[in-house]
Order: sequence, then C-alpha cells, then structure tokens
Amino acid sequence: MSLAELICPAGTPAALRTAVDAGADAVYCGFQDATNARNFPGLNFTPDELAEAVAYAHARATKVLLALNTYPPAGKVDLWRHAADTGARLGVDAFIVADMGVADYIARTHPQMRLHLSVQAAASSPEAIRYYCESFGVKRVVLPRILTIPEIRQIRGEIPCEIETFIFGNHGLMVEGRCSLTNYLTGQSTNMDGVCSPAEQVDYARHADGSMSSRLAGFTIDCFGPEEKAGYPTICKGRYTAPHRPEGYYAFEEPVSLNLSRLLPELIEAGVHAFKIEGRQRSKSYVRGVVRAFRQAVDDIRAGREANIADLVALTEGQKQTQGAFETKKWR
Amino acid sequence: MTPGTDTAPPIRVPGSGVIARLACGVVQPLLSRTVRRIAARHPQLFARLGPHQRTDFLIDPVDLPFALHLRPDPAALIFRAVPRDAAPRAGAVIRGRFLLLLELMDSEEDGDAAFFSRDLEVSGDTEAVVRLRNALDDVDGSIAEEAAAMFGVPGRAVLARLRRAYSHDYERKTA
Repeated sequence: MSLAELICPAGTPAALRTAVDAGADAVYCGFQDATNARNFPGLNFTPDELAEAVAYAHARATKVLLALNTYPPAGKVDLWRHAADTGARLGVDAFIVADMGVADYIARTHPQMRLHLSVQAAASSPEAIRYYCESFGVKRVVLPRILTIPEIRQIRGEIPCEIETFIFGNHGLMVEGRCSLTNYLTGQSTNMDGVCSPAEQVDYARHADGSMSSRLAGFTIDCFGPEEKAGYPTICKGRYTAPHRPEGYYAFEEPVSLNLSRLLPELIEAGVHAFKIEGRQRSKSYVRGVVRAFRQAVDDIRAGREANIADLVALTEGQKQTQGAFETKKWR
Repeated sequence: MTPGTDTAPPIRVPGSGVIARLACGVVQPLLSRTVRRIAARHPQLFARLGPHQRTDFLIDPVDLPFALHLRPDPAALIFRAVPRDAAPRAGAVIRGRFLLLLELMDSEEDGDAAFFSRDLEVSGDTEAVVRLRNALDDVDGSIAEEAAAMFGVPGRAVLARLRRAYSHDYERKTA
C-alpha cells in the first residue's frame, strides 16, 4: 500500500503554518519571483520567510517542497540557479522542477537534494518519466491530469520512481508547461514568467442588469449572468461567441475544479504515493478546509474505514466539480 | 488619490445622507485608532502590498449605511468611514455583505469562493485587490478579534453582537 502522503499548498507563511497544523505531510511553496508557476502579486516567500517556514514545518515532522517549476528563458538561468542554491542552503526537502536545465544544475550542484518532476513537465509516458529519472535522478513524478486510473496503474509498473497525482483544485487540461494562451494576449508567459492571467491585466465590469464581464488585456473572456456562478479569468476557461455558436460556448475548458475524494482508495490501490492539493493562490480558509477534509479521509482509508469527506463544492471554481480523466477519458 | 476605475453603479441602501454622516461620525474615531494599532502590530502587511500601499481602496459593505476608504500607506495611513455619496474615486473597489467582508479579512471565508458565488464583487485595479487579499491572509489569527480586544470587554461584546446581527439579517433576507 502506498503511503498516500498529503501534499498541500502554501502561498504565504501563515498559509504554510495553517497547512502544517491541519495535517499536511508536506507543503509546497515558492519564492517571490518567476522561478515558480504561481508568481502572483503579494504571494510567496522571501528567503527569510522560507527559513522560518522550514523550521516550523520540520519541528512538526512536515516536509517543505520548493517549486522551481518554470522554464528559464534562454541565457537567463541565474535566477533559477540562485533559487536552487538558496533552497538547498535553507534545508528544503525537495525541489519540484520542470526544466531539464534546472534539473541538471541541481543534480550536479546539489546531488544530495531530492528532485520531483513537476506537472509542468507534462511527462505522461513511461519513456518520458524514465528519461528524467535516469538523467537527473528524479524520485517522484507529478502526473498530468489526463490519465485514467488504469493508465496510472500501468505506468506505475514501468517507472522507477514514486507517483504524485492532483486530487483537488483548479483543473487545467492544457498540455501543462506548454500553454501559451496568456502569452498570446498579454506578452507574459505562464511557463517562463510564472503568471497565468496576470492580475494587473485583469478587470471586471458589473453591468446594470447585474451581469459581470471579466476581461484580460482588454479582451472580454466571459460574461456571467446575474445569478450565474463565476470562474477564474483565464482564457482556457473563457466563453466565446463564434459565427456557428452565437450564444457563446466554452471553446477550451469549463470553469470546474477537480475533486477526487471518492477515488482515493482506487488511487492508493493503483500505487499513487502522494496526493496533491492545488491552490497556492488560495486563502488560509481554503487551505484549512481542504487539508483537514483530505487528512481525515486519508486517515480513514489507512485505518480501513470508509472515508466520509466533507462537501467541498463551495470552494470549487464555478461551484462545479469533476473527477475528470481519472474517471473516464470521455469526461468532456 | 489614485486614478479611479470603478464604473459599477453603487448599490443603493437605506441610510444614505444624514444617517450615513451620523454613523460615520460615530465610528470614525474607533477606526482611526484601530487601524493604527493593527498596522503597528503587523508591519509585514505592507511589504506584500508593494506599490499598492498608495492605492485608494473603497471597501463597500452593502448592508451598512456607509463605505470604508482605505489607503494602506504606512507613512500616512487612512482608514475612514465615508457616506457613499461622498466616497472618493478609488483605484479598487471591494463590495459585499459586511459579515462576508469581516470573514474575508480574517480568512474565515475564501475570497475566490466568494467571488465564484458572486457574493463578492471587485472592480478597478485587480492587482491591488489581490495584493491586499494576500497581505491580510498572511496575518495569523483574527484581525477583527484583535481590534475588538483593544476596547476590552465592551469591544468584544460589540463584535459578537455585530456578527449575530448581520448573520441574522442576511439569513432573514435570503430565507
């Protein structure tokens, strides 16, 4: 049976303490720069804050994973190398990386450090995952959210490392680490700058009838009716009109969150080693609620009890949830 | 004053005009004292605000007779109650029920979830709002309880009463 570690998000030191206190086995976080994929204003850690966070977590037997999961632009690798050096000095337990150059630097410079392969690397085949394991000593892969449980079970038997899967939170099915939609409209890159829909280019307009438009870089990407639930202002979750769909439709994906609470026993049985909760950009309230709920569920399953997980739909995007491809490839 | 971008029409509530001005006069001394003490106890708040320390925020509890004007500049902190018809042109506007805003400030509720449900409205400079949210979220404990405790037993009693009153008021209106 896998250990079913619970890997929890933290966007601030207070959120990290909240996650630790709520029962996280490990907390993942990032610096206040482009080295991680949640480079949002006012979010993340300074080196001093990370040092205190590591001490707080380790005193409570919780690991800290540092996300260095963006791609350095050509010739601009110093920021990532410096972040890796700082993380190693501060005693984080592992780095979450996507870029081969970053992985290679850490493998050579800090060979004692544990490497996890980020979902941003989009490694979904045994061949790709084995390449990262053999070349850089990767110990764990975070799988893209496009695989069924039987596929995960099959991959588990063909790779020499642990598997981590997302179980809750934002559900983006673009080829992860390759999405250029934000870059197309804003000039900033999700993969290299760490910003999807940068806040400074997002605005909302409330209309007289109670409806609300969300815009990115001046382009309207959705308009929610007066009673309609809203989603994130990301292009992939936008609703667009087209000559053949004048009523407007979700061209890429729908605003919906992943929730695999009912599939936890099957994931454990398939050999998944760790469960990841998305949401470094979310509040302490979200962290507290989601981590507590999944902590209880995992403990119940480990003890042979049926997990009775709390209703988390209020915390989901658009207040809708799905089991996505984990349940069936036909989910959409 | 930062350039204003809020184009949404304000929600009309009873209590504008004379009542709003009287209410502002009553709460203003308490607000000024409270915000200075909270800022002194949590200086890390300001770093997360970055360039938006000088942004004017209009925080609009739709079920109170007044709005709140915040400029989180540590060198010249402003937090004042303003009648809606005399509100400054703000760089960012945050609008919702009083109790929801109180719970968001204390991270008892999740801001994204309140936005998804449409209970929370934001307009103007979205980055400013995100920075303010993240700055407040990095405070351990309850800012509301901390503020109430400054006024001892009466302060705590008033906060408890406000929570009950606005919770019941919302439940009554949505029943």
